[in-house]
Amino acid sequence: MDSLPVAAEPQARLVAVAMSGGVDSSTVAALLLLDRRPVVGLTMQLWNQRRLPELQGDGPAQHRCCSLDDVYDAKRVAQHLNFPHYVVNFEEQFEQRVVRPFVDQYLAGRTPIACTNCNTDVKFEPLLQTARQIGAERLATGHYARIRKDERTCRYQLLRARDDSKDQSYFLWGLTQEQLSRSEFPLGELTKEEVREVARAVNLPVADKPESMELCFVPNGNYVQFIHAYAREDGRPITDKEGDIVTEDGTVLGRHSGVHNYTVGQRKGLGFATGKPIYVLAIDPEKNRVIAGEDEALRATSFGIENVNWVSIMEPGAPLRAQVKIRHKHEPAAATIQALPGFRARITFDAPQRAITPGQAAVAYDGDAVLAGGWIK
Amino acid sequence: MQRIYLDHNATTPVDLTVLATMLPYFSVEFGNASSIHAFGQQARAAVETSREQVAALLNARPQEIVFTSGGTESDNHAIFGVVQFALLENPSASAHVITSSIEHEAVLNTCQRLEKQGVRVTYLPVSREGLIDLQELKAAMRPETVLITVMHANNELGTVQPLGEIGRIAAESDVYFHTDAVQSVGKIPVDVKAGQVDLLSLSGHKLYAPKGVGAIYVKGGTKLRQLLYGGHHQRGFRPGTENVAGIVGLGKAAEMARLSLAEEAARMGELRNRLEQGLLSGVPEARANAGGAPRTPNTSNISFSGIEGEALIIALDLRGLACSTGAACSSGAVEPSHVLTAIGLPASEARASIRFSLGRHTTAAEIDAALEIVPAAVAQLRSISPSYKREVPAHL
Repeated sequence: MDSLPVAAEPQARLVAVAMSGGVDSSTVAALLLLDRRPVVGLTMQLWNQRRLPELQGDGPAQHRCCSLDDVYDAKRVAQHLNFPHYVVNFEEQFEQRVVRPFVDQYLAGRTPIACTNCNTDVKFEPLLQTARQIGAERLATGHYARIRKDERTCRYQLLRARDDSKDQSYFLWGLTQEQLSRSEFPLGELTKEEVREVARAVNLPVADKPESMELCFVPNGNYVQFIHAYAREDGRPITDKEGDIVTEDGTVLGRHSGVHNYTVGQRKGLGFATGKPIYVLAIDPEKNRVIAGEDEALRATSFGIENVNWVSIMEPGAPLRAQVKIRHKHEPAAATIQALPGFRARITFDAPQRAITPGQAAVAYDGDAVLAGGWIK
Repeated sequence: MQRIYLDHNATTPVDLTVLATMLPYFSVEFGNASSIHAFGQQARAAVETSREQVAALLNARPQEIVFTSGGTESDNHAIFGVVQFALLENPSASAHVITSSIEHEAVLNTCQRLEKQGVRVTYLPVSREGLIDLQELKAAMRPETVLITVMHANNELGTVQPLGEIGRIAAESDVYFHTDAVQSVGKIPVDVKAGQVDLLSLSGHKLYAPKGVGAIYVKGGTKLRQLLYGGHHQRGFRPGTENVAGIVGLGKAAEMARLSLAEEAARMGELRNRLEQGLLSGVPEARANAGGAPRTPNTSNISFSGIEGEALIIALDLRGLACSTGAACSSGAVEPSHVLTAIGLPASEARASIRFSLGRHTTAAEIDAALEIVPAAVAQLRSISPSYKREVPAHL
């Protein structure tokens, strides 16, 4: 068998690349190799796509993240660029740390983001550990974000990507200093078009692969259906109990088809017509009610966050001015953030913001730097 | 980098003598063994010679050997074949199958398929050493039992079940006995007469023949339905134009295994013991799984407390040593082993286990190199593992 030149000996410089089989992480491997760094590719097996067969029949699952197609794509890239590649099984961690909390949160009437947990609790935890165990001290991923060491404070700062339209720093606020010190985001300085150019220049077999936009473990983006199937498999089937849609003062506006089919800020599908547009304001699974109201009522100024992680700076004693983002596609708005004991903080916007949704994350920026992030209570 | 291959239970290289014997049958002697003309007769003769060679290795008669595409087909054929025949003969009756909880997926998933069709299946537990309990086997027998299918040697542990005693229990109750002998044929003596075996599966690529060829031994008079339908090849029982070159390879490999069996088993056993003892003494908190059981001489399964077997296998591969955990899923990721769980290992210990399986070309120098590489890799993993208990300073 031909020897693999880059892996002859585990070296201090060996970098593990988290490879999804997509163009971004594949290009990361190419960039590192162009930089003459020895690379080992790792692809996480996160979810058995043949589980919950009612969602897809029992044929082979295709064209989704975690599918075999993506694993084979990653392997083809590794073969093409000639570096070792392995698949590592994190199904158990993924279920315990991402899928189950996602479903639990959803059932509690919140609107969770799975990607943040996956980053913080899977990619940069067990995967980084596996990387180190096999002799790679650092882990590179295809995230669009940047890491910079502040030589004055000796802290690792997390910065927005140069390409603002691709920026993923919103999903990375949970990274610890230790994790940041061992991570690399080589795409942080590039635009998506530049990434595709690199991919084409080195003839990556995935150079023109379409981007995956959906939650990777949910087929067809239908997460309501997924949550029902998962809860059923888990032995706690959701009985969609109809109930009232009420205003904030309790006036009944109409009926809902089960609280789990609604999300804060939703306008469509409320099933009744009134003069003014009506939105979901809150979900109350305990009383089996959906609270709805006009756009104005959806706006709020001040809210609390929990599980706060201070990233680019130490936890400050005094309130700080920041720009705060309350969901991935939210335009950051001016606010004040005040750290509170117990990994909590209070954020107060200068002007009211629409649909501050429990379960989503709020991330505070100072310019490009992520100051802190936390879960909206 | 010089690579060391200690994963012969996964597959073996085609022996060069086997390869040389096969080569003419790809192109020069390309005939279809069913054809009347001289080309066909040459191929037929080669196939029948192979049948004799395989039969000789098992102490069977040549007409009891049917060539297949490999172990999985042989297992499916034996299990579906027996059960479906029994159900066809007596449609109103229910059928019952006894197997073990440490079978290969080719048997387990076939049994699970039968369960979906309403067939009852008993999965016998195994001891810490991976052996079934013959009393439990007897107790599991029912009037409607039609088949006992218990593997000969286990792929992950090497544990060898007592074929003769299982065969006797089956014969006494007039129940068919099938054994998946994919991991034992060519490594230890297999005698279908002495073992009172009715059906036996074997696979070419585990004994230095190519992948994609195998055989099933069907004792004369055994009643089973065929799996595939087609032409008249192999008496119509297993239709499909014979894979002549593959069959020739399997025959040659069987002959070579028969002639060198005792000698090779002794040599390999010695090297295996050297590896195992070296690892147990050279690595703290290492334990051999099923180390006290009768085992195939080439297999050693070791738990290294506090590590992830998956990470160790990658670390070893990056250092040029190929070995494995028992089971891999379609993506190539490591799956939790049902075998290690069945012998009572807690999940963390099962995940901390890896399998070394030696082969005909393994040398003492390679074993010594492995004894350098493995302890170093385990130490590195443990230094980064949160689950491995190190001495913790008192002030923490």
